[in-house]
Amino acid sequence: MSRIGVFICHCGENINGTVDCAKVAEAASRVPGVSHSVDYKYMCSDPGQSMIKEAIKEKKLTGVVVGACSPRMHEPTFRRACAEAGLNPYLCEMANLREHCSWVHEKSEATTRKAVDLIKSMIEKVKLNQPLQPIKVPVTRAALVLGGGIAGIQASLDIANAGHQVIMVEREPSIGGHMSQLSETFPTLDCSQCILTPRMVEVAQHPNITLHTYSELESLEGFIGNFKAKIRNKARCVDEKLCTGCGMCAQKCPTKKISSEFNAGLGMRSAIYVPFPQAVPNKPVIDKDHCTFFQKGKCKVCEKVCPTKAIRYDQEDRIIDVEVGAVVLATGFDVLGTDFFPEYGYGRYKDVINGLQFERLASASGPTLGVIKRPSDGKVPETVVFVACAGSRDPAKGIEYCSKICCMYTAKHAMLYKHKVHEGSAYVFYMDIRAGGKMYDEFVRRAIEEDDVKYVRGRVSRIYEEDGKLVVKGADTLLGHEPLEIRADLVVLATAGVASSGAEELAQKLHVSYDSHHFFAEAHPKLRPVETNTAGIFLAGACQSPRDIPETVSQASGAASKVAGLFSQEELTREPLVAVVNRTAPPLYSTCTGCGLCMPACPYQAIEMEEIRTRDGTVVKVAAKVNPGLCQGCGTCVALCRVKAIDLQGYTNEQIYAELMAL
Amino acid sequence: MTKIGYYPGCSLLGTAREYDESLRAILPRMGVELVDVPDWNCCGASSAHMLNHELSLSLPARILSSAENKGITDMLVPCAACYNRFVMTIHELNEDSKLRARVADITGLDYRGTIHPLNILEFLEKRTDAVKAATALPFERNVACYYGCLLVRPPTVMKFDRSEDPRTMDDLMSAVGANPVDWAFKVECCGAGLSITSPALVGKLSGRIIENAVKSGAEAIIVACPLCHANLDMRRSAINKAAGKKYTVPVLYITQAVGLAMGLKEKELGLHRHLVKVRFPADRGAAQAPTHAQPAADSEPAQTEEA
Repeated sequence: MSRIGVFICHCGENINGTVDCAKVAEAASRVPGVSHSVDYKYMCSDPGQSMIKEAIKEKKLTGVVVGACSPRMHEPTFRRACAEAGLNPYLCEMANLREHCSWVHEKSEATTRKAVDLIKSMIEKVKLNQPLQPIKVPVTRAALVLGGGIAGIQASLDIANAGHQVIMVEREPSIGGHMSQLSETFPTLDCSQCILTPRMVEVAQHPNITLHTYSELESLEGFIGNFKAKIRNKARCVDEKLCTGCGMCAQKCPTKKISSEFNAGLGMRSAIYVPFPQAVPNKPVIDKDHCTFFQKGKCKVCEKVCPTKAIRYDQEDRIIDVEVGAVVLATGFDVLGTDFFPEYGYGRYKDVINGLQFERLASASGPTLGVIKRPSDGKVPETVVFVACAGSRDPAKGIEYCSKICCMYTAKHAMLYKHKVHEGSAYVFYMDIRAGGKMYDEFVRRAIEEDDVKYVRGRVSRIYEEDGKLVVKGADTLLGHEPLEIRADLVVLATAGVASSGAEELAQKLHVSYDSHHFFAEAHPKLRPVETNTAGIFLAGACQSPRDIPETVSQASGAASKVAGLFSQEELTREPLVAVVNRTAPPLYSTCTGCGLCMPACPYQAIEMEEIRTRDGTVVKVAAKVNPGLCQGCGTCVALCRVKAIDLQGYTNEQIYAELMAL
Repeated sequence: MTKIGYYPGCSLLGTAREYDESLRAILPRMGVELVDVPDWNCCGASSAHMLNHELSLSLPARILSSAENKGITDMLVPCAACYNRFVMTIHELNEDSKLRARVADITGLDYRGTIHPLNILEFLEKRTDAVKAATALPFERNVACYYGCLLVRPPTVMKFDRSEDPRTMDDLMSAVGANPVDWAFKVECCGAGLSITSPALVGKLSGRIIENAVKSGAEAIIVACPLCHANLDMRRSAINKAAGKKYTVPVLYITQAVGLAMGLKEKELGLHRHLVKVRFPADRGAAQAPTHAQPAADSEPAQTEEA
């Protein structure tokens, strides 16, 4: 006979506010097989856990049901408590009285009745629970870092400095990411390149880091501690070992009018190119879509001028297999182009640019060598309007969130402009100024008070060209909602930060969840911000949501410490909630008929066919077998098996049936 | 002949008679015949939606139901204000079943949701091929297509074209040989809502629309809404007074422009009813008698201060 203990948590007011917890505990105590039933305000707290432990010891409980919140957060908590009291943790189950009951119903008799039903159902399941042992798996102590921006760089360096191998994959020809495009950084106005490029070099030279630039993740299989990744090294058409980075090829390349990605479309590059002089690695790639040789079959100028004969037109993509124990996603973000905004000219006006383009204009390494010149005619603008929240916080544009970095970089842009063009006027149209951060608000005040940037609280309704000027129509909502028109020479839109292109596809490849804007989702917004829901895959930087450099760096270090923590273990334990194909005594050996239908159904390739042999090696039966290291416990094979030879440990058909029958 | 439901609304029988006339003139060439909604009433556009929510839904709902009872599925609504009210009403009734029941109670008619109101641009766009085929005298003018606010806003409900930079009218005008100019005030407010309370402001707002159209090189402004037309045409003297200019650029309903391209006579299209004379800078035929063979080759820049 079972001796089940039932523990009902009030979760403060969360459950007890609509469910009569005392009544639920009382009702549970009358269920056959229950020998202990209590309720308490916070079951997850130390005294709450002690109640469970003591009851297990005193009442010699054979199973525990905790009626509380979702098992997502606290199932490990309660199972650990049970284990400490000597009860196999898999004999403890949770009934979700919060999300499944108290939060979704009004306070009533019926709500309490539903809570009782949920508890009863779980009691019947626990009666059939079997003690299980966690599965032990080895750990591959190498991390895959996807993305070579500041997030990926920081995470890689931290992991590598902890003594572990890092494989860094960057899809562009150079690492550095968006940070390498920035001019100065807020709130100190130190040069972005000056603080970033040494780190880029460190990555390239670190003995523990293997760098794959111009490469993309092809596939990822496996599970925490034991991932197998395929990386596609895209063909650079350059032998990296022979190339010295002299730059002769780019200099002589006849195709020079290609819009430069690094300069955000404000400069030109050649078909064979290094994105920027400080690139790491400093090796060019051939852009096949624009290369005359690849398009027309003639040219080969680069091959002729290369002093080390490093050009390889016939180079092909290579697929590299690596084994890693953890993955850090640091794929960054993009900013919307000006063509997203019909009311601001749909990208038709050359002098309406986005923030990233302004960074290039202000950067000493940019197309204007740091002189603010407007793109249309190269004139130094006398009036510049900065529009904050271009797209962000605008449900009509489908972007409800705050892009977080724009308030600060807009203040920085306006400041940089005023520093370079003393006589110029700078206007900032804003909704709110969000300058939370160390020295941030002081920075914005400095722009307003010392640099005389005119802040106008209001939104810009339209921008159009008239008589060679850009007419910016807006309203000053602090001065009586007066319509305001500014005739500007240059307009900078602080366009919304959005998920990096291909983020959704990558998330699906890795089986990590993502939000409706394709930003990767953290496991818990507060307590597990650098983990994903897929064990062993961590997040760093703006791939999770727009964020600035300090926050990105902290998060990257956070992710790295999670990886280092993971790698500090000899072996990992996994939940034993896996499928098992039964084995019985001869002559049946297993009820499995060996039909093999489960094999293709398994999404994780965890099922193989086993030959059952007698002592002399004669094959007497072929039956399916599940590899517990690969099985993720999804249950697809269980549903599919025609002879019901497969069952899921912890969620057997019998247990589920018992749960249903209790309702 | 395809039959299609027709709701003219008050404007097309009054201030915008020429809109109705020009529409009726071009329809036979496209093989379309109008079926009037029986016993129709005011759509409530001018004031009902500001005064009484239920009334503002009941008025259009009654029209929709009457049309449904007549077996109409597609209903052409040339007036943008009426069209806006119909779409808003359908949206609200579809969203809220209680409201729908209440409105049915008021009108005494059941709205079934089988009817689909069409604005003039949607209607013509679907028949672009027929319009093209009937074009005898291409309307070779620089035109500024002015959509106004009602056809595209609010975008989540209207779901018509790109709300900030619509294209439908531009494409239609291209189809009849015109050159739609790229200008900034396609959906700018003409101030119609303030016609009674603040006419001076309307003059200013409408004036800016005209100014930008002219600066962009437009020889004519094309509209699809009687209110837009009233403000840009009827108020021209007030506009000119406010701006201190003498703008003479004519304002044509799209149906009139299409009619001219089809070679119809000025009178058939009601062009004589405009307060701003429909005259073009150079004699290129389009606005003249359809007997003119081919338009002259050269063009003249848009007029700004013609006496």
